[in-house]
Amino acid sequence: MSLFNFFAKKTSAPTARERLQVLLAHERATVGHSDLVAQLREEILAVIAKHVQIDRDKVVVKMDRGDKVSTLEVDIEIPLNAGVRAA
Amino acid sequence: MAKVIVVTSGKGGVGKTTSTAALGAALAQRNEKTVVVDFDVGLRNLDLVMGAERRVVYDLVNVIQGDAKLPQALIRDKRLETLHLLPASQTRDKDNLTAEGVERVIGELKQSFDWIICDSPAGIERGATLAMRHADVAVVVTNPEVSSVRDSDRIIGLLDSKTARAERGDRVEKHLLLTRYDAARAERGDMLKVEDVLEILSIPLLGIIPESMDVLRASNVGTPVTLADSRSAPALAYLDAARRLAGETLPVTIPGEKRGLFSKIFGRRAA
Repeated sequence: MSLFNFFAKKTSAPTARERLQVLLAHERATVGHSDLVAQLREEILAVIAKHVQIDRDKVVVKMDRGDKVSTLEVDIEIPLNAGVRAA
Repeated sequence: MAKVIVVTSGKGGVGKTTSTAALGAALAQRNEKTVVVDFDVGLRNLDLVMGAERRVVYDLVNVIQGDAKLPQALIRDKRLETLHLLPASQTRDKDNLTAEGVERVIGELKQSFDWIICDSPAGIERGATLAMRHADVAVVVTNPEVSSVRDSDRIIGLLDSKTARAERGDRVEKHLLLTRYDAARAERGDMLKVEDVLEILSIPLLGIIPESMDVLRASNVGTPVTLADSRSAPALAYLDAARRLAGETLPVTIPGEKRGLFSKIFGRRAA
């Protein structure tokens, strides 16, 4: 790092590099099964529907990709009058 | 033995057509029989960059559909008799390209050419996947810029899964061609450096083409940049890249990096 750079404003290329590295690590992992979220949604729904009647529109599945970990959030609304099926 | 090369990138506007024309001419200048094939059906431009736009009679789709024989559709370059162009259709759409038709045309071209260079359309749809389908070698054209690098990564994934070679358990040789590179901006930290892009994409480097007025000047007049001014910086970079494609081992130099003390001091301050 030269004296001129010391006083210069922060450079942007290192940011570009870091953002790409994080993004591509995730994208490479999901290539080929990019419908992972859709598949999880269907399978989780199927398991719950075995036991409780649910409205398929009241199911929200969210994926959040973080730097170190990713989270999968499943939000299922079970109506009060849902008929509990014989377990 | 004929070699099929696909020039691809995913992202549009990074220099696929310019690079196809320049590399095609450079290989033909080595006295090797070369054909450049435009796969961008509906948005053809290789004819224009090659300066043959007024000589197109038949095209790739005509040959695939049997309306014309391959030799009728091939246009021989006026400057180099070893260089030929197979244009794309301007009026049809991509659905006219069939997998069987493309395979037959590539097979026929292999009979009479040393190099078959396929200029891929942007995107990852039919035209792009058919352009890479029969490739032995892929030239991945990338700009030192985030969206271009991301799209190149995606294309590398497709080259490893959707090509004929990949399907029979073989691999397509992949090379990075970094275009529109500005060594001064990279040195200042405002553009991804060669090593950054190489580390992220991890495929071998074929060449670095500097950002240059000579590229636009060549396309303005319809001449591949390697023929327009073979001493210009982008032409020298493309000529070296062509030699590497042909199997020679040359060190890669970063164009525009040899700077004197004057430009080192004042070039940086001006930023």
